[in-house]
Amino acid sequence: MARITAGVTTSHIPAVGAALDNGRSHEPYWQPVFAGYEWVQAWQKEEKPDVVVLVYNDHASAFDMKVIPTFAIGCAEQFQPADEGWGPRQVPVVEGHPDLAWHIAQSCILDEFDMTIINEMDVDHGLTVPLSVIFGPQEKWPAKIIPLAVNVVTYPPPSGNRCWLLGEAIARAVASFPEDLNVQIWGTGGMSHQLQGPRAGLINKEWDGRFLDKLVEDPESLRRMPHIEYLREAGSEGIELVMWLIMRGALGKQVEQLNRFYHVPASNTAVGHIVLRPKADGADIPASDTIEANSPAAQEMIA
Amino acid sequence: MSIDQPDASPARDIHGYLAAFDDIPGTRVFTAKRARKGYQLNQFAMSLMKAENRDRFRADESAYLDEWKLTPTAKEAVLKRDYNTMIDEGGNIYFLAKLFSTDGKSFQFAAGSMTGMTQEDYAAMMASGGRSPEGARSLKEIAAAAAMNNPQEDR
Repeated sequence: MARITAGVTTSHIPAVGAALDNGRSHEPYWQPVFAGYEWVQAWQKEEKPDVVVLVYNDHASAFDMKVIPTFAIGCAEQFQPADEGWGPRQVPVVEGHPDLAWHIAQSCILDEFDMTIINEMDVDHGLTVPLSVIFGPQEKWPAKIIPLAVNVVTYPPPSGNRCWLLGEAIARAVASFPEDLNVQIWGTGGMSHQLQGPRAGLINKEWDGRFLDKLVEDPESLRRMPHIEYLREAGSEGIELVMWLIMRGALGKQVEQLNRFYHVPASNTAVGHIVLRPKADGADIPASDTIEANSPAAQEMIA
Repeated sequence: MSIDQPDASPARDIHGYLAAFDDIPGTRVFTAKRARKGYQLNQFAMSLMKAENRDRFRADESAYLDEWKLTPTAKEAVLKRDYNTMIDEGGNIYFLAKLFSTDGKSFQFAAGSMTGMTQEDYAAMMASGGRSPEGARSLKEIAAAAAMNNPQEDR
């Protein structure tokens, strides 16, 4: 059986990728940022995940204004780094896990989450910067990646509660996959930042710290937090944090915090990073109450 | 309202949900209304993801922009690299990123250009921890605080 063994979150700041790609990570400005990821890079060498479900948002790279999926799951064999206007990042091609990705897509749809299935897609800094900081620079990424793109650009994005419930549905889908796989789920983006308008540059350390605390100890309250709270307190682009709740919902009620890192400044954005271990190994994920998820015939068709 | 006590009276429908966004100072949320207004502007910016389009744009910006159904205000704003006006015209920062990337500029440069600060002052503010949310959360709160400080004006 596949199982979710850990949840990881990180910001996905493009300037962090650029600093790494241009050999500037040792500079005094950037050194503290990269030092904050040394723990997780060493830990990942021990954990050796087979697959990462990587929750992120596309920044007008794979999706333009023609099609705006709320939840899109990448089911391809491979995903190329996108050219975001300055040429693609020189990082390894991202290898998918189509069997598990299609299984999650089918399971979630029967569980009443109507996923958009993506068979061809380039992946931008939202996905590749987390790979670079969580695994460290690599010749080949050490895990298969299932991209899960969430619309947090065109309003309204999904609610926090909807994100949490999707996380639970993903956890149920992973648990019903027959192959023995070590699966992690990552939530990316955030923390506080605003990239537009006269209020650009907003950073809210106090609020970010409380968000991290609640993510560990009181995530139920985050499910009810409305979008306006993220916008006011964490800046217009701080809404990305809603994606972290997909990761958190997939871990169950009780988690152990293994590591935490927070740093300002890094370009325009507060860097937040946390590593969580589910305590109940999925046992405290509620069962689905949907008709098809409980239909043996329907489940047989996607097995 | 705080992270511990989220908005006790959340918007009951889409109208209330959207109206609340207009209370945030110096911020334009990318609502459906803005997304519709800025469709051509954002799709123009997307086109700059291709190297050959970047080359054509650089060779003659005005002619390239004429291939898109932009409003005169949007076209002028692109030519002047006036990002606040582009956002008023329905532009979204992640789309407009293709434009400032074509110029070899960073998110920090573009964000700073919208604040009315010099690039040096903006960079210094970010290096020292960013803009504080104090007094920047709500236009209503700012107005109420101003009224408290100048009570005579109400009489």
